[in-house]
Amino acid sequence: MVIETQGLTKRYGRVVAVEGLELRIEAGEVYGLLGPNGSGKTTTILMLLGLTEPSAGQVRVLGLDPVREPLSLKRQVGYLPDSVGFYGEMTAWENLSYIARLNGLPPALAKARMERVLERMGLAEVAHRPVGAFSRGMRQRLGLAEVLLKEPKVVILDEPTLGLDPEAAQEFLKMIQSLKSEGITVLLSSHLLHQVQAICDRVGLFHKGRLVLEGRVEELAQRVLGGAYRIRLEATPLQGLAERLQALPEVSRVQAEAQGLRLEATQDIRPQVARAVLEAGAALQSLVLEQPSLDEVYARYFQEVRHAA
Amino acid sequence: MQRSSTSRRREGSPWTGLWAVFFKEMADHLSSTRMRILEVLILLSAVGAVYAGAQTLRQTISEDPFLLLRVFTAAQDPLPSFVAFLSFFLPLAAIALGFDAINGEYNRNTLSRILAQPIYRDALLWGKFLAGLATIALILLALFLLVVGLSLIFLGVPPSSEEVARALLFLLATLAYTGVWLGIALVTSVLFRSAATSALAAIAVWLFFALFWGIIAQLLAQAVAPFDPFDPESELRQTEALLAFSRLSPNTLYAEAIQALLNPGVRSLGPVLISQLEGALLGSPLPLGQSFLLAWPQLTGLIALTIGLFAVAYVLFQRREVRA
Repeated sequence: MVIETQGLTKRYGRVVAVEGLELRIEAGEVYGLLGPNGSGKTTTILMLLGLTEPSAGQVRVLGLDPVREPLSLKRQVGYLPDSVGFYGEMTAWENLSYIARLNGLPPALAKARMERVLERMGLAEVAHRPVGAFSRGMRQRLGLAEVLLKEPKVVILDEPTLGLDPEAAQEFLKMIQSLKSEGITVLLSSHLLHQVQAICDRVGLFHKGRLVLEGRVEELAQRVLGGAYRIRLEATPLQGLAERLQALPEVSRVQAEAQGLRLEATQDIRPQVARAVLEAGAALQSLVLEQPSLDEVYARYFQEVRHAA
Repeated sequence: MQRSSTSRRREGSPWTGLWAVFFKEMADHLSSTRMRILEVLILLSAVGAVYAGAQTLRQTISEDPFLLLRVFTAAQDPLPSFVAFLSFFLPLAAIALGFDAINGEYNRNTLSRILAQPIYRDALLWGKFLAGLATIALILLALFLLVVGLSLIFLGVPPSSEEVARALLFLLATLAYTGVWLGIALVTSVLFRSAATSALAAIAVWLFFALFWGIIAQLLAQAVAPFDPFDPESELRQTEALLAFSRLSPNTLYAEAIQALLNPGVRSLGPVLISQLEGALLGSPLPLGQSFLLAWPQLTGLIALTIGLFAVAYVLFQRREVRA
């Protein structure tokens, strides 16, 4: 177990930021800490790193206590904050070499590693330019380069894709994914659920300081959305189709949309749906099996919680 | 997972990474535009003051055994003395170096990144403080050598070893005095998130002590020990109260310390009664050791104030949340 927490709680005065968090992350996992802004993700991360003290509960990262043994912990854990900043008047190289010195790396080793990480992040050409002129995407990559400088066992990334354009975000996510193949455990937080769901082995959904749902994305979809298979169809005319499809034994739910219908089913029943539409005398325009999205899982979960309340 | 049975002490040394921070900050200071401006300002005023001082001293060279020390303190009418210049500019220089020490890291979003490295917060704060102090020590030393060199050129009299020793002690006192202002700037940089507010607050403290504290000390002394025209001792009590109050200001401490160190004729920093002067050879210089003894309480006061301010900044910073 690389990261383990027990009853982890953080209170700021009377405000509870994180409450009773039980987190277990295995070696080599990519774990996504997901939830809206202000739900306690960053506070959790800061507690894992020993940058803020927990009000109650226990934390072990690589078997170390972040409050009592922060130095050996931070030597093995890389952290990329959500709004990463650099000394703008210094070059990328100088910024990295400051971090290397803070980590106590011998100069020769530091130089070799800096060259390697800058090359890997595609920053070798701009290494000697002041960071002040870097774009958001370049800063983010420099941040990851800095994290890799200490050859960490665990990497913690706070909102790594925030503020990146979609292309840069995808590229950055690919870089994160490549860490997994090196056996690095990755913990990342994000409120952009759909963006990160593809690279996470497991996710934990946060809501108001509590971890409310946890598991693999497909599992969660299955659990929350009932039927994991979601089929969307467009056909004309739509009259009467909903009732007909509802009658199919595998269909658990039918929802009318602007252009067509959306079904939830326990199996992939596209052939049966197509037949039913044709039998009704309507023209079928499209029939798509949708991938379950975390956004939907999240939205639906809280809809149900609110209904239950 | 079991509760660790080891002691509650932190592992490792709080100084890990101190030198990395120190050298980075020092390099920043020495290459910053801010520093350029200060250097030019201090240099111009120092050269001006020394030149003017030397002009007046030329006429009296043969009469004074402590010529080098006179160069520091001699003033010619429109220009104040070198020492007066220093006590005016150095607090500003210290504030300029320290006012954005911590809040600057917050505002550039670099703090959480730096603290995620294997160092304690101690190292960051110490590194920044020592770098500021070292930068100022460097300027002071350069300035000092410049003044000594200039006075050699203008006056042509080499300083005696005692003069050099006194001048070096004066440097030490000046460094301690600057340390106080660096400490104040460090505290405001932890206290205020905005760099402009922090600079303004530190300058307000400086103005308060430079301009208003004298008046306030007088009012306080009058309130604590009212003057009674029929009781001559009440006057002494009031003078002593005034002295005690004004010594709460680092400016007074510094002024008294350098007075004792640079003027060997000074025998007391407080009121002297006629009875105490019995048998004294007025105007004869004190030996270095005695002058140092005279300035000792002021010196320790300045150093203690510096350490106290640093401690305040330290406690405030340790309690600060990393996230904005």
